[in-house]
Amino acid sequence: MANMISDETIDYVGILAKLALSDEEKEQAKQDMGKMLDYIDQLNELDTSGVEPMSHVFSVHNVFREDVVTNGDGREETLAGAPERSGDTFVVPRTFEE
Amino acid sequence: MEKSYETVIGLEVHVELATKTKIFCGCSTAFGAEPNAHTCPVCTGMPGSLPVLNRQVLEYAAAVGLATNCEITRETKFDRKNYFYPDNPQNYQISQLYLPICRNGYVEIEAEEGHKKIGIHEIHMEEDAGKLIHDEWQDCTLVDYNRSGVPLIEIVSEPDMRSAEEVIAYLEKLRMLIQYLGASDCKLQEGSMRADVNLSVREAGSGKLGTRTEMKNLNSFRAITNAIEGERERQIALLEAGENVIQETRRWDDTKGESYAMRSKEDAQDYRYFPEPDLTPIVISDEMLARIRAGQPEFREEKMERYRKEYGLPDYDIDILTQSRHMAELFEQTSAICGQPKKVSNWLMVQTMQLLKEKAMDAEDICFSPEHLAKLIALTDAKAINSSVAKEVFEVMFTSDIDPEQYVEEKGLKTTNDAGELKKVIEEVIAANPQSVCDYRNGKEKAIGFLVGQTMKAMKGKADPAAVNAMLKELL
Repeated sequence: MANMISDETIDYVGILAKLALSDEEKEQAKQDMGKMLDYIDQLNELDTSGVEPMSHVFSVHNVFREDVVTNGDGREETLAGAPERSGDTFVVPRTFEE
Repeated sequence: MEKSYETVIGLEVHVELATKTKIFCGCSTAFGAEPNAHTCPVCTGMPGSLPVLNRQVLEYAAAVGLATNCEITRETKFDRKNYFYPDNPQNYQISQLYLPICRNGYVEIEAEEGHKKIGIHEIHMEEDAGKLIHDEWQDCTLVDYNRSGVPLIEIVSEPDMRSAEEVIAYLEKLRMLIQYLGASDCKLQEGSMRADVNLSVREAGSGKLGTRTEMKNLNSFRAITNAIEGERERQIALLEAGENVIQETRRWDDTKGESYAMRSKEDAQDYRYFPEPDLTPIVISDEMLARIRAGQPEFREEKMERYRKEYGLPDYDIDILTQSRHMAELFEQTSAICGQPKKVSNWLMVQTMQLLKEKAMDAEDICFSPEHLAKLIALTDAKAINSSVAKEVFEVMFTSDIDPEQYVEEKGLKTTNDAGELKKVIEEVIAANPQSVCDYRNGKEKAIGFLVGQTMKAMKGKADPAAVNAMLKELL
């Protein structure tokens, strides 16, 4: 395996993915991620100079709408899926900005 | 020896665009609606909904780019920034990372050493998030998505500023340009302009940048100034103590006058940016760009030049009149009606500016019409009202845009031109104030001022002080 994942990297990826991994799981994840990176490395064997990055499959561009209000009061429809509501607002568990 | 430090500041400025509808759907952006009234499946991120770009957002963003000397990215597109927070119903924000619409611009500010260019790294388009209200009583959070999908541009500067003064000058310049364009009202207090401050310090003369922090929650020029001073001192104290500055986001508390770290490393985010698949790429053609360029208004510098030539006003007046486009238009329209630019200018730069300051309002909030200001000037010119009555009327006009002619008529504020009545009142005043009359006759010129005052009082202010003065002298 050409790509070795360090302990620090796997800890950080765990934080980003919001996963609490056991030591065995970390070892397994290191192996799996190394293999994935090796696989991706195969792409680098191709010469892609001169190939434009593609962001869309279709060759459609400039689809706009005009700045005109077309929607009315959407509150009932929007709040229909609310797990809990208070007046016309959604209620969610307390969040901290700090 | 005490080291001297240099502060290095870059700004991220978010500006809410003045469109009628949201960036990707036909929901209204009007302020003050009932919570969640302005929402639909698109701006609440329902599966299967399809966002479509509001053309006006693109045009405003490009117009701001042109006004700030940016290169316009001719092939631009949106990207998806993933994050999880209840203010964001889609779990991603549509923004621009790879090909922002504007790049490599600058604005010029007046700094201590003269003109200074502040580089603009990029300007990109994105959508705003919803509003969270923390309910202390119920220990829960309430969410209103009316603001979700309101169009924003984010203007990212280069780290070119060195002091709070330069930061304020830069923000004022941006605000003026954007207000002139009509692309936003740029009100810090109301959140239609928001600034995040990136700040680091380094030893003077060092070419290397220090570790920076980002400060949020700055909603007035005063808070920005305080936060910059506070953060500069905090970072210097750390360095002096041999510690390191940690790269982090800090929240400024203006009441306490201190900042604290918002997120620790455990909350690190991976935004997993990728091209937004639901929106098509944008190609800005020569025609489109030419049309936006042609639609640019006369900016301040051009206006100042024209005012010098066309109205022959002093530079001092021109400087004040052109600080806001609304003020400048009010001046031009009123002058066109009454043909007396200097008098219009005086009302605007003295009384209007004073009331704006007293009421903590922006020039954009002025509500009186040019027709009414012209009428007020005509009334004073015709000596139909004296200057102190005119000021009173103006204050009422400033608050509720009344028609001064009608108001003066209704309230009976017209100056009395009836010489007989004036004479009668003056004779009474003379009879009632023998001491002042005596003083005046004995050469105390000043005593006449008291008599004029008494007469004006008896006339309930409805007399021309010059006429009173003349008649008093005659009768004495």
